[in-house]
Amino acid sequence: MHLISFLAASNRCRCKTDGRAAPGSLPRSRGRGGEGAAARPILAIACLLLFSLLAGPSIARADAFDDALTKFLADSYADTEAGVTALGAGGDARAFAVVKALQDGRLLADPAGRRVLIDDGGVPKDAATGAVVSPAPAAADLKRVRLNNRLRRAVEAALGALTLRAPDPARRLDAAQAVFKSRDASALAAVEAALAQETDPAVKAALAEARAAILITSPDAPEAARIEAVGTLRERGDQAALALLSGLPAGTPATVQGAADSAASAIRNRLQVWEAVQNAWYGVSLGSVLLLAAIGLAITFGVMGVINMAHGEMVMLGAYTTFVVQEAIRQKAISLSIPGTEIGMSLPLPAALTLDWSLAVAVPLAFVVTGLVGILIERSVIRFLYGRPLETLLATWGISLILQQAVRTGFGPTNKEVSNPSWMSGAFEIGQLAITWNRLWIVCFSLTVFVLLLAMLRFTRLGLEMRAVTQNRGMAACVGIRTARIDALTFGLGSGIAGIAGVALSQIDNVSPNLGQSYIIDSFMVVVFGGVGNLWGTLVGAFTLGVANKFLEPFAGAVLGKIAILVLIILFIQRRPRGLFALKGRAIEA
Amino acid sequence: MHEALRHTALRRGAGRLAGRMLAAAVGTALSLAAALPAQAQETIKVGILHSLSGTMAISETTLKDVMLMLIEEQNAKGGLLGKKLEAVVVDPASNWPLFAEKARELITKDKVSAVFGCWTSVSRKSVLPVFKELNSILFYPVQYEGEESERNVFYTGAAPNQQAIPAVDYLMKEEKVQRWVLEGTDYVYPRTTNKILEAYLKSKGVKPEDISINYTPFGHSDWQTRVAEIKRFGSAGKKTAVVSTINGDANVPFYKELGNQGVKATDIPVVAFSVGEEELAGVDTKPLLGHLAAWNYFQSIDTPANKAFIDKWKAFTKNPKRVSNDPMEAHVVGFAMWVKAVEKAGTTDPDKVIDALPGTTAPNLTGGTSEMLANHHITKPVFIGEIKEDGQFDVVWKTEGLVPGEAWSKYLDGSKDLTADWVKLKCGNYNTKTQKCGG
Repeated sequence: MHLISFLAASNRCRCKTDGRAAPGSLPRSRGRGGEGAAARPILAIACLLLFSLLAGPSIARADAFDDALTKFLADSYADTEAGVTALGAGGDARAFAVVKALQDGRLLADPAGRRVLIDDGGVPKDAATGAVVSPAPAAADLKRVRLNNRLRRAVEAALGALTLRAPDPARRLDAAQAVFKSRDASALAAVEAALAQETDPAVKAALAEARAAILITSPDAPEAARIEAVGTLRERGDQAALALLSGLPAGTPATVQGAADSAASAIRNRLQVWEAVQNAWYGVSLGSVLLLAAIGLAITFGVMGVINMAHGEMVMLGAYTTFVVQEAIRQKAISLSIPGTEIGMSLPLPAALTLDWSLAVAVPLAFVVTGLVGILIERSVIRFLYGRPLETLLATWGISLILQQAVRTGFGPTNKEVSNPSWMSGAFEIGQLAITWNRLWIVCFSLTVFVLLLAMLRFTRLGLEMRAVTQNRGMAACVGIRTARIDALTFGLGSGIAGIAGVALSQIDNVSPNLGQSYIIDSFMVVVFGGVGNLWGTLVGAFTLGVANKFLEPFAGAVLGKIAILVLIILFIQRRPRGLFALKGRAIEA
Repeated sequence: MHEALRHTALRRGAGRLAGRMLAAAVGTALSLAAALPAQAQETIKVGILHSLSGTMAISETTLKDVMLMLIEEQNAKGGLLGKKLEAVVVDPASNWPLFAEKARELITKDKVSAVFGCWTSVSRKSVLPVFKELNSILFYPVQYEGEESERNVFYTGAAPNQQAIPAVDYLMKEEKVQRWVLEGTDYVYPRTTNKILEAYLKSKGVKPEDISINYTPFGHSDWQTRVAEIKRFGSAGKKTAVVSTINGDANVPFYKELGNQGVKATDIPVVAFSVGEEELAGVDTKPLLGHLAAWNYFQSIDTPANKAFIDKWKAFTKNPKRVSNDPMEAHVVGFAMWVKAVEKAGTTDPDKVIDALPGTTAPNLTGGTSEMLANHHITKPVFIGEIKEDGQFDVVWKTEGLVPGEAWSKYLDGSKDLTADWVKLKCGNYNTKTQKCGG
């Protein structure tokens, strides 16, 4: 109690100066002063009040801030929400730090000491005074103030209201968007005040939209203002605007409702066009995943003719390589040990190597690891089975089961966490099309791999020898190519590329021992559809299937869409048994 | 098995040797042979029927481990009826017909007294005839779609009224959700659960156009279209939520896509019935903050029983990061009930144990006492948890007291008149209207 009264005193002075410096902030303070949200002060009345109650609201404000803080002690969601709302509407200078700490899970309640603390990087500070608390209370006495979804929304709204006038335009933009989302009517005055002062055009537009969002749902607003708000939202034209326009509360005047309806249908029409663009992009993105999964198979099956059922497991090994790399980076060291013994060593990694770099390390490593596994499989099993496709199929299927179970035993059956580097997280928007970074990078990556592989086959000596061996083995041997070595290297190359695919797929799929299984059928489908033995066929096949799938999915659903694609491929193969791009000439007949 | 092998090896060796060697060898073999039946009599065998390989190994391996731990613990307490318990582990390899074969092997060849096992509904359906025919006991630990009550099966997981319905109620009351996306994997559990939920929502006055039901194949990994569709469905001006019955493996890409497309729990919350601590272990949970799950147990629930269990579990698996989840707790409760029932019956004879089980109680790990009901389901508390940044759940709501499991849903036309009672009616699908047992 002692502390609180001291606070109230010190706060009074600060609030007075606040009030003088920025009268615009007063309406908010009055709303929080206890009169409740129903009494919505208009600026003019608020100004009058400023003079008549010059000392009054300051005391009320200080009390309100402390009252709001005590709400956090109760460990009840309803009380916490009341506290957050009070802080947001209050505009007290200290409120931002408190609400921000609450959002980050750094707000600690100390019910025994009747105070609220902010965990500032491990140092407990009193939320009311900002002073470091010493001695630091025992961790067991402190309770983190908990959030649920409703509270998270309230926190976002409060932060929005508190940062509308922040010096940093990016923060003001966030604030305006938060208010747009919350449509908190008590923030209207603050939005209008901020709008009048705003100079940054982007923030200004966002503030206008926030104001429109509040006005359009507010039954007190004049009709003309609400119709104007409909126009603002129509210009915004996205799903959030559509949601607002099509969900007007009952009792909205017919004129407003009519304008909203016509705006909503205009937005819907516009969004439909974007939806088609979006489907096309999703198709390209799915196609790139199919291409990545299939491109290694295009070498082992397409070029060499080995029905390689263990292809999916190469993809899986690549994904696990990514996991191992990330784990090493998390531990900041490479640990090598012999399982079941104490023998082992640990090499420290440079501190600059962060998770953002993990994929750059994982790609070459996965290529080497899976390439070596591929060469091992070719040397130990497949080379004895050339020309016997059925035996190859069974043998490689057996290998796939062995690899799966080996990984399951070694790493455990559960999914492994592979995190997205920061540059692969999130999305950006072009018009109404949201493009996620990870998909975009995977499209770029798969095309790069494709081009590199094509160049390798076309321009390097190894590529030349590969083509020679697959086109005419006997003649290639005659001119001095060691065909057995080329076979091993080709299989290794195909497997290595599957491993690289695994690195990319680890970013969008589960990393579990079953990862490969889900891709093996799709990979064969792409290679057979595109034309066995033709890399360009694989490229076109992958993107055709991807786009077709994504245009079918919204109508037919994912299950039926997949069936439809399979039926289409069967029909297509009936017409053109050699796929889209059939190899012609003597070689293929041999 | 091991002893028997050595036994024959010794006998074979003895055939080739002569004199004293022969005598000694035969002596050893005889003593081993004598020891064998004696040892076999001393144990009570418990069958563990969980996939250790194949697609379901991801979930089921943990349950095998927890059963081994419980059996070891019971043996340390002196076993059961003065005998030691012996676990018989088989691997049905995520292959549904193999489940039936392995179940038959456990009951006829290994002569187990009870089986703890199965995860998917289809594996349970495939072993049902075997348990009926050979009259044995199965404890099934996973939340399921209901619409079933068998004499030989004890359902320790949640029925729909112990998970799905309370979760929907929570969203309706706390989040004021008016529009629903029921998103599931295309198999029996999601389809039946969604049918029940659809009937329930309609009974609560939700309009048909405010419900969107969609199914995706097993292991679906390209969620772009679905997530965009959910966003579109959610932009009709009413608060929207997703009720997810998506099966294990497809969840990680689903949540990653939600995170990347910026669907936050504060806008469109997703409540999941198949996502627990184990599934989240493979996900970066930061973008998932606030999405929900409904279970009857969470690792984060702070009770002395739960803390002791987690400590034991971590010590048993020698892995301080190992998580615990809901089906594990179901096995803990089910195993304790079986032990009590066997003690009460004084025998492991299936008929007597089946009769002794209803009414048996066992403490659950969240501070309550669960009871086996006459319909072979148990009473459970229901918790709604929000995903935290560390992959654990923060309980935001729980039922007052325990909810009894209902075998037959009140909301489906086909089952609203049915009731299961194995104590008085001796029937799993008694029709209260026609007063007849469906048999």
